[in-house]
Amino acid sequence: MAYLRKFSFKFFQIIFLTLPATLLGEESDYNMPFGVTEVSGEIFDLHMLIFWVCVWIGVVVFGIMFWSLWKYRKSKGAVAADFDDHFWLEIGWTVAATLILVVIAIPSTTVMVKAYDDAEGDINIMVTGHQWKWHYKYLEDDISFFSNLSTDQEQIYGQMPKGEFYLKEVDEPLVIPINKRIRFLITGNDVIHSWWVPDFAVKQDAIPGFINTAWTNVPEPGIYRGNCTELCGIRHAFMPVVVRAVEQEEYDAWVVERVMLAEQEKLLTSKEWTTEELFERGETFYQTNCVACHQVNGQGIPPVFPALAGSQIVLNDAPRQIEILMEGVQGAAMASYAGYSEVDIAAVITYTRQAWSNDENGDGVIVTPQDIVAYKNKTEL
Amino acid sequence: MSTVVETHDHGHHGPAKGLTRWLFTTNHKDIGTLYLWFSCLMLFIGGSMAMVIRAELFQPGLQIVEPEFFNQMTTNHGLIMVFGVIMPAFVGLANWMLPMQIGAPDMALPRLNNLSFWLLPMAFGILISTLFMPEGGPNFGWTFYAPLSTTYAPSTVNFFIFSVHIMGISSILGSINIITTIFNMRAPGMTLMKMPLFVWSWLITAYLLIAVMPVLAGVVTMMLMDINFGTSFFNAGGGGDPVLFQHVFWFFGHPEVYIMILPAFGIASHIIETFSRKPIFGYTSMVYAMSSIAILSFVVWAHHMFTVGMPLAGELFFMYSTMLIAIPTGVKVFNWIATMYRGSITFETPMLFAIAFVALFTIGGFSGLMLAIVPADFQYHDTYFVVAHFHYVLVPGALFGIIAGVYYWLPKWTGNMYDETLGQLHFWLTFFSVNITFFPMHFVGLAGMPRRYPDYALQFADFNMIISVGAFLFGITQLLLVFIVIKSIRAGKKAKPEVWEGAGELGLEWTLESPAPYHTFTVQPQVK
Repeated sequence: MAYLRKFSFKFFQIIFLTLPATLLGEESDYNMPFGVTEVSGEIFDLHMLIFWVCVWIGVVVFGIMFWSLWKYRKSKGAVAADFDDHFWLEIGWTVAATLILVVIAIPSTTVMVKAYDDAEGDINIMVTGHQWKWHYKYLEDDISFFSNLSTDQEQIYGQMPKGEFYLKEVDEPLVIPINKRIRFLITGNDVIHSWWVPDFAVKQDAIPGFINTAWTNVPEPGIYRGNCTELCGIRHAFMPVVVRAVEQEEYDAWVVERVMLAEQEKLLTSKEWTTEELFERGETFYQTNCVACHQVNGQGIPPVFPALAGSQIVLNDAPRQIEILMEGVQGAAMASYAGYSEVDIAAVITYTRQAWSNDENGDGVIVTPQDIVAYKNKTEL
Repeated sequence: MSTVVETHDHGHHGPAKGLTRWLFTTNHKDIGTLYLWFSCLMLFIGGSMAMVIRAELFQPGLQIVEPEFFNQMTTNHGLIMVFGVIMPAFVGLANWMLPMQIGAPDMALPRLNNLSFWLLPMAFGILISTLFMPEGGPNFGWTFYAPLSTTYAPSTVNFFIFSVHIMGISSILGSINIITTIFNMRAPGMTLMKMPLFVWSWLITAYLLIAVMPVLAGVVTMMLMDINFGTSFFNAGGGGDPVLFQHVFWFFGHPEVYIMILPAFGIASHIIETFSRKPIFGYTSMVYAMSSIAILSFVVWAHHMFTVGMPLAGELFFMYSTMLIAIPTGVKVFNWIATMYRGSITFETPMLFAIAFVALFTIGGFSGLMLAIVPADFQYHDTYFVVAHFHYVLVPGALFGIIAGVYYWLPKWTGNMYDETLGQLHFWLTFFSVNITFFPMHFVGLAGMPRRYPDYALQFADFNMIISVGAFLFGITQLLLVFIVIKSIRAGKKAKPEVWEGAGELGLEWTLESPAPYHTFTVQPQVK
């Protein structure tokens, strides 16, 4: 009962408070966001303009209709008139409709021309959609990383309360400086995805074999959240976009830090790793990148996502497992993970070969970063 | 329109008995009935899938189904509603009413008619059976964009392709039959510009079907080749083009949208003139408007693809051409209102559905106009705003048109009036719940909830709960329709030949007795 009362309270709150606010065009949770960029603001204005044009046409048309229904109802003794055509009336409303459309078309064209601009940016970022995460590569600096959903599985399955940014948070957001022209080069790695940040009014499909462009220029620092908007498979709802816009100085510091981190990662490859170290790192990687399909217990969701626990490849065929991680599996959901560091790939392979009693049932071969380097050298030749 | 009513007795050659009557029938009325019951069954199957979707979306989080099954539900819900409900229902109405409206004894090609119906249960049997296969059914959306539907599809996609081929053959055969019937079997004196508007709407629809169904067959054949025979039409890795898929699909898909609404325009026109007791306003402009909508439908397809990265000139062209469609559509709405103006209006159930059709379809038209504006579409595209838009034109649009038509012609089919009180109840429950379901979708869409999401951010929770409650109510309410129809078949107040006051003047079907005899117009009436 309490639940019902809460529900009906919300219902009336929305009908009588939220909707009128929305109709008045205020910033609202239930209207298109005004956004932060010049273009997003202009698109919002355009949206409200067309909205109001539609509302007024609706008021007039439905007004006449309901008035006719009321006035000429038979129960009040209305007698039908005998006419079925009027040439000038027909011409009149056709012309009127055309004029209204012209009035809408003019500002729409202006905004469109402005939004559509594929000139070089101050910073150019390659955005690649993967099943099911985004990859960002800064073309001017040697920075590239994946951006994964960071919401816990437990929150999704209701075993833990949902956080404020449920399904709108990632481990590594895209970082951009404010007041700079940023150009995005958008493509897809496997299927079609679509990269959308409502506050920038940027939505562009990420299509394999094509590179689309979009641009933005963000005036205010902040965290801007968006989504993938083209159906891309089972985790379509679980690959959000998060962009952190920061002051120039902060951005420069971030770039320096990222470049340094990348250097350190490279050093890690030549380090001698113990099984425990690899296992630990691999477990973290597995939790972020693999659980969605292969599940925490390694059982997968057969037949689409095969089990890793007890799999012949994971038990006894390390070379094939390396190949799968590096190349993906043709015609299946398994993508290539070659974009990750040698350490990560070696670690996650080692983890899967040790976890879930796989070490007892299989050959227990440990895969080291050097093995991955060797694989790369072999295939590049 | 006045006619000579034939009085020949038909009692001695009625329908065959038992199952064979339905399996081998070549009678347009029987086949119409089969089509209508088939689409009713599909409405409840596709509707149950919508209920699964809404149950999962009732709250954020994954509670009832996994995303994989959710995707199968959205995909099959769309495919079944489009190809299994709306289209067969219109064909059913055409089968029943076209011969009776043009004064023909039957469809021109009765055996072909039987075939085109019986292909449908095959097609949908195949499609639905995939849901019970280990890999599950199609899960790539009803628009089945490559490469998700080719390289990354479950192997059951081959069943889906075969099923689409069969549906396409059925539609093409049905259209050939309708065009042949309309051109060759009209009563003497019924010139093209004297044809009832439902006949006009179907003539135009049938041409659209013949034009675009082969395109659909082409696109699924290309998929079949990519999947099984190593071609690369849509595979970028082999030099193909995933965007080509979308161009070909929507070149079919946009005319398809009008295939699903034009017959409803025809039905609404008849109902509004009947219950306004005043002939339809601007008959000629109605015909021209439908024709221009049909022609324009071939040059607007890429407005479904504004975010794929088209050149600026392309974006603007498709924006302008799409906006143009608002003109003939607006003219139709104005004509309906002008028909009501100074009429003598009563509000029986078909009229209520027709009025709701005009009002709510217009709302769907408004959101369509908003979606046509390219820069704004960057924000609307693939969100619930789009879901709201196409459900407004397909549910209170196409489906209300069908329901209105069923109530309108039911007494002619069964010979009994339906229960008017229950009909009114059905209307108000449907009208209320359809808006509770689809109106809030505009707001969640604008606020940024993408479509085809099994789970969503917390900000969308309130509205999704309301939408789900509305959807459950809408679903249950439709059982009432089945009850009303069955009740009217079994018993009820006997219907007069003209059924509705003054309708005898409005069309040949109202000159026949109620129920219409198994064979009608074996002697052609004369139209003045």
